[in-house]
Amino acid sequence: MEKKDKKVLVIGVIGADVHAVGNKILYHAFTEAGFEVVNLGVMVSQEEYIAAAIESAADAIVISSLYGQGELDCRGMREKCDEAGLKGIPLLVGGNIVIGKQKFEDVEKRFKAMGFDRAFPPGTSPETTIQALHELLD
Amino acid sequence: MKPILLIDFGSTYTKLTAVDVEEERILGTAQSYTTVETDINHGLEKGLALLRERIGFSEFEKTYACSSAAGGLRMVTCGLVPELTGEAAKLASLGAGAKAVGIYAFQLTEDDLEEIRALKPDIFLLVGGTDGGNTECILHNARVLASMKPEFPIVVAGNRTAARECQRILEGLEVHVCPNVMPKFGVLNIEPTQNKIREIFLNRIVQAKGLSRAAELLSDIMMPTPAAVLQAMELLAQGCEEEKGIGDLVAVDVGGATTDVYSIADGMPEHMNTVFKGLPEPYAKRTVEGDIGMRYSIGGIVEAAGIDKISRLSGLTKARATELVEELKVDTERIPNGDPELEALDFALASSAVEEAVTRHAGTISETYTMMGKTFVQEGKNLTGVHQIVVTGGSLIHTKNTEKIASHALFSPQAPQSLRPKKADVWVDRTYILAAMGLLSSYYPGTALRIMKKELEYHGYSE
Repeated sequence: MEKKDKKVLVIGVIGADVHAVGNKILYHAFTEAGFEVVNLGVMVSQEEYIAAAIESAADAIVISSLYGQGELDCRGMREKCDEAGLKGIPLLVGGNIVIGKQKFEDVEKRFKAMGFDRAFPPGTSPETTIQALHELLD
Repeated sequence: MKPILLIDFGSTYTKLTAVDVEEERILGTAQSYTTVETDINHGLEKGLALLRERIGFSEFEKTYACSSAAGGLRMVTCGLVPELTGEAAKLASLGAGAKAVGIYAFQLTEDDLEEIRALKPDIFLLVGGTDGGNTECILHNARVLASMKPEFPIVVAGNRTAARECQRILEGLEVHVCPNVMPKFGVLNIEPTQNKIREIFLNRIVQAKGLSRAAELLSDIMMPTPAAVLQAMELLAQGCEEEKGIGDLVAVDVGGATTDVYSIADGMPEHMNTVFKGLPEPYAKRTVEGDIGMRYSIGGIVEAAGIDKISRLSGLTKARATELVEELKVDTERIPNGDPELEALDFALASSAVEEAVTRHAGTISETYTMMGKTFVQEGKNLTGVHQIVVTGGSLIHTKNTEKIASHALFSPQAPQSLRPKKADVWVDRTYILAAMGLLSSYYPGTALRIMKKELEYHGYSE
């Protein structure tokens, strides 16, 4: 297979979530940082991330969730990736991924148990995510 | 006078339309029956003789033709993900006027190969991966295809990174490389592939389908009939430099075996609170329903609509309707010819065919509740704002109820999720000139458009 010059990311806001602003900011930040970004926008289903990742031979999937239902929406994502032949693809998630005051360490633990490589708390700057992407992909 | 002859080689009829492009009028039309088995040239000669009787001569300055003879242009497509490049390949081939006889996705298997061998397509369209994306699948499929040593030409229009290698793998076969049908995620680029498909059709298929002798008679252009109709519809909607079009439209052609639907409209969401999902569809879109037709596919209509609905629309009892449907399945040549029962049944069948085919063609909208309130999700084309419907096909032409049948193409409160036109003018192509005008439009767009405007019969307004 020929080598791609840029790493490919598939990004989007999962579930019945229409928060579009952060998604646009991430798109620009990731593009600026030298990634090829496939932006699926808002209200993205697990299947849509996976289909886009297959066609674009993505290097990672970055999921945003801003409305507190992230844990429900993300359940089974890793298994579906495995099923679709995207074995081991890095999965990152961030935003307001759970409701209420919870210790983020616990939240992170739960997402890691679900097969996510990274989970980020509210208020994470794009730079932090970019840093993590480099760690995972370089 | 500058007479031009336009020919449509169909699988059952050869239709001839003589046009005077100077006076911009139809001189005459003729139809001759041709079976698949008989030589197509025979049908042409018969048609020409008939035309000569009607208009007094048979010498023309130019002759152009389209064809759907011998099963039309039969294509098999293969993409990667069914909803993405798989769908793009299907849209490309349907828009080029082909019949998609086999649609595959992901890696082709040995079983698939056996099917493809049996299908004997005229062209194989191989795609997969966005540019710079997945190459594995298309390369695998190229290898598998190479192993079967196919006689059909292969159009490769996938990930550009893999294009050259595909060509190497398929060396020794007829291979054409085109730009990717989906270069970026969610972006369609199907026109170069469609042009290539038409070119191959012209060079190769015409000879294979026994049209070469007829081709000697032709001045230029030969395209699949549906491609000619699509071209005519684009012209009618958009207009050209010298003449305005009638605006966005939906066209339905209910045939004996299939029902074709065309839409010329952008179809993107009307409101801010609507999220669009899936592939954006082409401005000029064609779909074919292979299971919806008045005779050969009568079973498909009944299955889609349900016999209750057929009985209600026709006023016949369920038992009688079922009986007649069974008869027509066998006796495919039978037309109502004044028989009130058959007329009623054909009305119900045509109405259901129009409704089902347009529903499948049009997009859908669904309501979702989010934390931010009510949101709408749209998939496919929103045709609610389209105000023109063009209909053709025997069952719509030979009836007084054209407008009533056509109204089944419209939005229905019973199915609010289906984004069909809300209200529209109905136009009938009573003389079957759409394909001919599509052909003519390649050279005389203004003339073709004005003739269509003159010849299409206004058949009321439907809500």
